Amino acid sequence: MISFDRVSKRFAQGHDALREVSVDIGKDELVFITGHSGAGKTTLLRMIMLMERPSRGQVTIDGQNLAAIGPRGIPRHRRNIGVVFQNHRLLMDRTVFDNVALPLIIAGYDQREVGRRVRAALDKVGLLKRERAMPVTLSGGEQQRVGIARAVVGKPKIILADEPTGNLDPALSAEIMQLFEEFNQVGVTVLIASHDLALISRLRHRIITLREGRLVAGSKA
Amino acid sequence: MTGRGAAGRATAGRREGASQSRTGWRDRYNAWLMHHRLSAADSMNRVLDNPVSSAMTWLVIGIALALPTGLNVALDNVSQLSASWDSPAQISLFLQDGISEDRARQLREEVAAREDVAQTLFVSRDEALEEFRALSGFADVLASLEHNPLPHLILVSPVGSSPQSAAVALRAELAGYPDVAQAVLDMEWLQRLNSLMELSRRLVLAVGGLLVVGVVLILGNTIRLAIESRRDEIVIVKLVGGSNAFVRRPFLYTGLWYGVGGGLFAALLVAASLWLLRQPISELATLYQSEFRLRGLGVMGGLNLIILGGLLGLAGSWLAVARHLVEIQPR
Repeated sequence: MISFDRVSKRFAQGHDALREVSVDIGKDELVFITGHSGAGKTTLLRMIMLMERPSRGQVTIDGQNLAAIGPRGIPRHRRNIGVVFQNHRLLMDRTVFDNVALPLIIAGYDQREVGRRVRAALDKVGLLKRERAMPVTLSGGEQQRVGIARAVVGKPKIILADEPTGNLDPALSAEIMQLFEEFNQVGVTVLIASHDLALISRLRHRIITLREGRLVAGSKA
Repeated sequence: MTGRGAAGRATAGRREGASQSRTGWRDRYNAWLMHHRLSAADSMNRVLDNPVSSAMTWLVIGIALALPTGLNVALDNVSQLSASWDSPAQISLFLQDGISEDRARQLREEVAAREDVAQTLFVSRDEALEEFRALSGFADVLASLEHNPLPHLILVSPVGSSPQSAAVALRAELAGYPDVAQAVLDMEWLQRLNSLMELSRRLVLAVGGLLVVGVVLILGNTIRLAIESRRDEIVIVKLVGGSNAFVRRPFLYTGLWYGVGGGLFAALLVAASLWLLRQPISELATLYQSEFRLRGLGVMGGLNLIILGGLLGLAGSWLAVARHLVEIQPR
């Protein structure tokens, strides 16, 4: 589903974020990416999102070489990927419902379908009763779950999460990880960047370890 | 068992078919239309949520548009007024020396009989000299002359409704009469007025052009600020797959609403100033025994102004959006 072939990324300042990274992630996998901050976890995710382009090498998603996608194709590409951010990135002046509905409005679903899908996604993350709330009135864990609902509402084939439990306590973190496992069980490829080794080593999934831009463990399933 | 499996596959197939048809052009058109409706309503709400600053923007645009429009309305009124002065152009026929007064009076009859002539007035050379002596103050000089140097004169007024070109043609024809030494069409002051009007029109056009550019820039700046204040939102929308057109739409509508509101304000300002002027001008017209009535912008003029405002709003927001929206990329 996701394939990196000898991918390197050198930034303008001469800093190498990724060096010769090759990895294949299958369709039904849930994979953790770990490493110290600055090891290249985020750069890896950003390349899948086409927020970054590799300096060398190729990234292939679902059989599509990302190098072939021009600037105009980026929005369509992103609609097939659900993303969860560490700092949630919610629209603070919109309700929970509107936040979750955003990807569907962008994709052009009709209103009834939007309502149905948003409620299903909110139900899945346990926030159905808060659909009219504003994000500021929610706790950090709840905001993160709104972010997850937004990531899954469009039924993407891939979910990316960058430090989704970064600011949460262990119990909430475990809950969030369990949500990701549930999505994975229905056939979604899930890729989670996290440095919470204690949590992720308990979860028995493949762990890719990056160190200074190099892949040091987990290249094979 | 196999039957149920086949039925299950059939329903699954149908569901898939339904979800695929969602990407058909009809559905995409509906989604596009719906997002337009949402953006228009959302932008309108944002404009109305800040009534004071929105009213300021409207007023600035309104004043900038009302100025050239008001001047143009004034010019229209002046040209309407001067159009009614066009006909009293007078042709002076100076007759040849040595033509008897009887022959001159006969010629006057001939000219008066023409269909394109409204009125004629005969001034004999003696009357002219008398008048000249009385008015010019050269009485002594004139007295010293051996004979009257002035010719007989016929003043000819063309038919009231005839255009200037007809008066010119009439002058040419009258100049062809053998007894006429010279035919002079007294229109110089009208031509001066007309060229003055043309000059004013150009000036209004220039000022209007500058103000229109100003309006576009003001709106561009307003929209730039709106974009700046919603930077985070734009980043998020782009991250979850919003295209540039999707991000652009609400800002274009914001510009449209500012422009339309500005056009409306401009139309109201012009109407209000005309309303203020109406009373004194009709009094003035009565004093001059004129039927003149101040002509306003009219419904079509007002609508045009609003449409112009809307177009300028779109242009300004497009300018801002093209420059600033592409810069905002998820980081």
